[in-house]
Amino acid sequence: MTELVIPPALVLLSGALLIAITRGLLRNSVLLLAPLITLWAVWQIGDGVEVVGSFLGYEIQPVEGSAVRRLFATVFTLMALIGGLFAFRQARTAELAAAFAYAAGAVGVAFAGDLITMFLYWELMAIFSTVLVWCGGTPQARAAGIRYAIIHLLGGVILKVGIEGIVVHTGSVEIQPMLATNFDTWMVLIGILINTAAPPLSAWLADAYPASSPTGSVFLSAFTTKSAVLALILLFPGEGVLIWVGLYMIFYGIIYALLENDARRILAYSVVNQVGFMVCAVGIGTEMALNGAAAHAFAHIFYKALLFMSAGVVIYRTGKSRCSDLGGLFRTMPITTVCGIIGALAISSFPFTSGFTTKTLISVAAEHEGLVFVYFALMAASAGVFLHAGIKFPWFVFFQKDSGMRPKDAPWNMAAAMIICAAVCIGIGVFPEPFWALLPYPVDYVAYTPSKVLFYLQLLLFSGLAFFLLLPLMKRTLTISLDTDWLWRVAGLRVANACLKGFERLGVLVAGLKASLYDNAPRLTAVLNSTGALGRTWQIGTTALWIVVLLTLYVALYFL
Amino acid sequence: MDDNDHWLTRPASIRKLWIGFSAVLAMTVLAQLVIGIKGYFGVDSMFGFAAAFGFFSCVAMVLLAKAIGALLKRPEDYYHD
Repeated sequence: MTELVIPPALVLLSGALLIAITRGLLRNSVLLLAPLITLWAVWQIGDGVEVVGSFLGYEIQPVEGSAVRRLFATVFTLMALIGGLFAFRQARTAELAAAFAYAAGAVGVAFAGDLITMFLYWELMAIFSTVLVWCGGTPQARAAGIRYAIIHLLGGVILKVGIEGIVVHTGSVEIQPMLATNFDTWMVLIGILINTAAPPLSAWLADAYPASSPTGSVFLSAFTTKSAVLALILLFPGEGVLIWVGLYMIFYGIIYALLENDARRILAYSVVNQVGFMVCAVGIGTEMALNGAAAHAFAHIFYKALLFMSAGVVIYRTGKSRCSDLGGLFRTMPITTVCGIIGALAISSFPFTSGFTTKTLISVAAEHEGLVFVYFALMAASAGVFLHAGIKFPWFVFFQKDSGMRPKDAPWNMAAAMIICAAVCIGIGVFPEPFWALLPYPVDYVAYTPSKVLFYLQLLLFSGLAFFLLLPLMKRTLTISLDTDWLWRVAGLRVANACLKGFERLGVLVAGLKASLYDNAPRLTAVLNSTGALGRTWQIGTTALWIVVLLTLYVALYFL
Repeated sequence: MDDNDHWLTRPASIRKLWIGFSAVLAMTVLAQLVIGIKGYFGVDSMFGFAAAFGFFSCVAMVLLAKAIGALLKRPEDYYHD
């Protein structure tokens, strides 16, 4: 190709820089124009490698296009645009700039044709997402941000070890499908899985996202996990272990969300749950499953952003995020309530919402491969999603009891962003065909048959019945649930403290020995000086005798 | 405007909602007589399978969460004492 190709990530990154240094109307126009220009640039990228370069002596491919890459880059850019609309009057400039740089990292990963470029953008995301967590501004946000950064830098190092291994052993930095068969590929897989919030390091997500600002969590929910899903689609399609990792994430998310009291933490756990569906789909690895993973990622970004937006508005208006403090807000927040419910229905794959068309792609792909257990596990999980996110979230936040609060509804920009997301959720649900044209493989699938709709209606509505019958069991408690991060936040701390105590005791012991040495100095010198037992001059004969005895002992011991 | 007495919060309307909801539930199951669900593995085409499967998986998940919660729940200020 002879014409000039503009790397879309750089457009968005320049936008982030401009946002950081401009104010007022100028800044707001950058917030609007930078994603639009990026979107245009995304759709200028054809299939195949579009930009080549060299870095540290390696041939790199900073921009490589394909259908699935354009799809992810599109949704990342759209989320920068809509997130910008949602946040621009409430968020600080630093937060908006960080969010755009973070989005640029995600777009960069989407088009990275080689592992080195991918890694650089990967780290860009890690840095600016950490800044975004810190923009929460509270002491909890600071602490959670540090924990978040540690996990992601660790993930980056693991990824880097894998990439360097692959480069050294194969000589190729290309992004191409592989399986986890040796140390290098396992390291790459683990590095990517850390960003999907896979076990055992899932806790970072529910720790950090709810600590960010009401607007920050909207951006955070979109990029890190989904760019990792794209990396899995490009690098590990059909890697069987992902099916089980995905299923674990699905049920982990449901169980922890059921136990949770904080509205945004419920949503954070359900991010892990939904990404689990995608990871599982990549593990199944057929064209239909990969279509499902990509489509579900796209749909998920919108309904999850919508859910975080509705929670964000509630927190912005009331300053509260615990379910036990909320309730009854539907009276004065009708727009937020309706939008929140639409997001909740979409995440639950209710018929005529986006989740229905994309999630059934995944379960039908499992059925085509004859994975009976996986299929029924996904069905049970769909019921569980309706339980923990579809009903629990809107019920406890907007209905439940009367909290006595009568907050105003969303400010106009937040309402507009929510309505756009809700429209996308319903649009993809009602008219999936135009959307399917964007998927990586041809779609040979009918989303709506009366049989399928009826099946899901039964499944979901009876889950709803279970929720209301079991409501007494779900009384909110002022608690958190321990996760694997307990190992370093508590057990690790205890071990470290015990070590410190040990060293302290050792110090005391050494000091005591030293003191007693000084106390016994006169007696010691008596032994060591020229008249003492060890200090006086010995006769040659005596010395020789001792040497003979010692050597004999040594030889005897040697032969024993 | 008195928001405290919203129609959604009156016991009478909640009762009506329950009745309406139950009717919808019954309809989704009865509709299977007319429409018929084409299952993939035989067992899922059984009458009311999806309803029972959804209901009992949710009960199982809530009970499992309860059990795990008994083990893992801690006070909110657990990490910063």
